[in-house]
Amino acid sequence: MSATTDTPMVPNTPTPGRGSLSAETSAARAWRWLREHAVNIVAILVVIYLLIPIALIFVFSFNNPAGRYNFTWVGFTLKHWGHPFSDTELTKALLESIKLALLATLISTIIGTMMAIALVRHSFFGRRLANFLIVVPMATPEVVMGASLLSFFLILGTPSLGFETLLIAHVMFCISFVVVVVRSRLIGFDRSLEEAARDLGAGPFTTFRLVTFPLILPGIFGGAMLAFALSIDDFVISNFNAGSTVTFPLYIFGAAQRGIPVEVYVVAMILFFATVLAMGFATWQQRRAEKMTAIRPEQEESDIALPGIA
Amino acid sequence: MVDTLRKRSVAYLLLLPGAFWLIVFFVIPLYFMAKLSLDVEIPGTLHYHFTWHWDNYKEALELYKTQFFRSFIYAAIATLLCLVIAYPLAYVIAFKAGRWQNLMLFAVVAPFFTTYLVRTLAWKTILADESPVTEVAHSIGLAPSGHILYTSFAVIAGITYNFLPFMVLPLYASLERIDVRVLEASKDLYASAGSTFWKVTFPLSLPGVVAGTLLTFIPAVGDYVNAEFLGGANNRMIGNVIQSLYLSQSNYSAAAALSFVLMAVIMVVVFIYLRFAGSEALMGQEAV
Repeated sequence: MSATTDTPMVPNTPTPGRGSLSAETSAARAWRWLREHAVNIVAILVVIYLLIPIALIFVFSFNNPAGRYNFTWVGFTLKHWGHPFSDTELTKALLESIKLALLATLISTIIGTMMAIALVRHSFFGRRLANFLIVVPMATPEVVMGASLLSFFLILGTPSLGFETLLIAHVMFCISFVVVVVRSRLIGFDRSLEEAARDLGAGPFTTFRLVTFPLILPGIFGGAMLAFALSIDDFVISNFNAGSTVTFPLYIFGAAQRGIPVEVYVVAMILFFATVLAMGFATWQQRRAEKMTAIRPEQEESDIALPGIA
Repeated sequence: MVDTLRKRSVAYLLLLPGAFWLIVFFVIPLYFMAKLSLDVEIPGTLHYHFTWHWDNYKEALELYKTQFFRSFIYAAIATLLCLVIAYPLAYVIAFKAGRWQNLMLFAVVAPFFTTYLVRTLAWKTILADESPVTEVAHSIGLAPSGHILYTSFAVIAGITYNFLPFMVLPLYASLERIDVRVLEASKDLYASAGSTFWKVTFPLSLPGVVAGTLLTFIPAVGDYVNAEFLGGANNRMIGNVIQSLYLSQSNYSAAAALSFVLMAVIMVVVFIYLRFAGSEALMGQEAV
């Protein structure tokens, strides 16, 4: 556009001024482009900033350090990817973490989903208190939760800290997050679908099994994934309540003082790719559930259209 | 009547396991810790008895007030940095990313998929002496000593990075909810891009700002991994103190007192914040 409006002006403009004028406009244009895209450029820089450490972990999983510290680049090798589980201590800690996270996820997802249903679907005395009980753990620093649980176990004189106390702690801090995720799914829920099922003669349990549950399943799955991610990555609370049990993060913390084997970086990347796959699966599930509900609006339209025809 | 009674008992039954777990393993431990913070150790034993010993608080705070204030200052600076860094990204994801939206959201949560401790160790490499980042910072006068690692700068950088997603996500959620027509109306009324942002967009995103700052600030105050890995002896935070009092020095009363003060101060901050912003800011619309 601007090029065509500029051209007729050229014959009228004296030659000496012409060069400086077009230089000015192109500089101004560059400046304007920069101003218009400044926020995009900043956003891209922030994305790069977010991804740099991940890229670094990936690159350093191929490092071939001479000593026990994997902090400076020495040379490329594939040997750690070839045998990521050669360090028995690390593998044991990782398996412990996975076992713990699976159990904590299972328990907290069931308990949390039940709570979310109670909070969204029922009004009862003490609802505000229940809401408060769910928010407060999320607003408490982990170090305080860990320390208070340890105080509790110490005063009770629990025979030993270990897997059981870790499980108790992990379920405790996962519940709130599951409730929040499942609740947000339940709130966006079209209740007339349940009424329809009921009208068609389904009992409360059949309605739940065939209508409610499949529709909130992506929420439950999302809550479970969040719980798993929180549990497998938890260091602070575990550090207080683990006793002699060693989870993956606890192993890394211990190893950080003696030197970190490259396998830690390899395992971190394997966990990364596994989570990415799980995320992809969850998104796919979500899309499917959305398609399922998307059938409705058309029906609604035809419902509205019918009286008009009649 | 019978029906509502039955419905109500269903609600309590659904609520019971979760409420039980949270009361027994969250509320009661807090009570035990409060009690422990007022206990006195019987000399020579590892047993405690309860005496309303408020001096525990006085002594612990006097001894560790530097670490206490440092934690709040580091967390405040990191939260502010997070806000400044996260806002443009959240804005672009909400309004300008188009088909790149999902990919950018993925980039925001991607750090969560790598283990927290490994991520922090990666920063140890990035900020090490002789690393490009340190050399550039040194040459432009940001790191006069030539070191970044084991300084407060490194700890704040680590906290900022590790909690950035907690800021981006709520900001994005509240920006996404803004009706684009409101922004168009502002433009139609000849508001400049700047005044549209400051008078329309930013005020409408305030719930996200409040939620994001809380979600960043709370874990940041209590964090001790960044101080442990990236900081030196002069950068220890209150989390490091509580952890070492509990786990290596077995000084439970002082540690409990510090934890309790930390929690109380954070609760007060959260309470003031929620008064100011409404509880839906933290929990989304559903909490009202």
